Amino acid sequence: MPEAATAAGIDAESAGWLRALAEPGAAREAALARLHGLLLPIAQREVARRGPRLAITGPELDDLAHQAAADALLAITGKVGQFRGESRFTTWAYKFVIFEVSAKIGRHFWRHPVVPLGAEQWERLPDRFGFDPAREAEWRDLAAVRRAVDTELTPRQREVFVAIVINGVPLDTLVLSLGSSRNAIYKMLFDARRKLRAALAANGYLPDDSARGS
Amino acid sequence: MNGWSALERFLRTDPQDVGCSQAMDMLHVYAELVAAGEPAEERYPGIAAHLRACGPCGEDFEGLLAAIRGEAP
Repeated sequence: MPEAATAAGIDAESAGWLRALAEPGAAREAALARLHGLLLPIAQREVARRGPRLAITGPELDDLAHQAAADALLAITGKVGQFRGESRFTTWAYKFVIFEVSAKIGRHFWRHPVVPLGAEQWERLPDRFGFDPAREAEWRDLAAVRRAVDTELTPRQREVFVAIVINGVPLDTLVLSLGSSRNAIYKMLFDARRKLRAALAANGYLPDDSARGS
Repeated sequence: MNGWSALERFLRTDPQDVGCSQAMDMLHVYAELVAAGEPAEERYPGIAAHLRACGPCGEDFEGLLAAIRGEAP
């Protein structure tokens, strides 16, 4: 950890970044170029890290990394006044690169949907949770899950649960489809999970530990 | 682990979970603590609970941690 990572005592390297980015003219341009030089390899490593799990390869992946680094630089320069010195400046800056990579991957799947929005792939539910196809009696009870989804959830909670859990739509893609935020969609899914668990526990499908308040 | 226990684990919610906005606001601080081997989970249990449950935020955390550590993919 950098020492004195507080607003009152920003570490020397971070303070150097803040000074450089506050310079006028060519000095600031040089600092921005130096920062971009740090951000681009982070973006490239991050898309490479996530790449094997995505159907995005080669030049498209590299293009995504360049866009993420450029947009992160814009976000950083716009928010540099919000940096409070709670971490190194570079850690704070890298966070924006990671967010931009996430957002761009979400946008990619929004433009190239694997499952049409509105479709419901309930037949994939056993596979999603690793139900053994040989133990038919066990996953036949999954009809209770569908009943609970239909009866316990609000229409919006149901839409989010089906898209993410049943159809496997990435959460960030659903955020774009619904014009919402990651926090709002997560909260809807959180509430749906809590309600479904309570309903399935009340009907004896899951252990009832409501006394624990979870 | 059979299917019902996997489903149960997915549906179980943690009341300490702070949600995406708070977790993302503090992600740089949390990741730096983890990278330094500090007890980040003890200091920020609500963020730890969130990162365990939220796939996208958990993925962002792993990415930031890898960036701090300079890990190759």
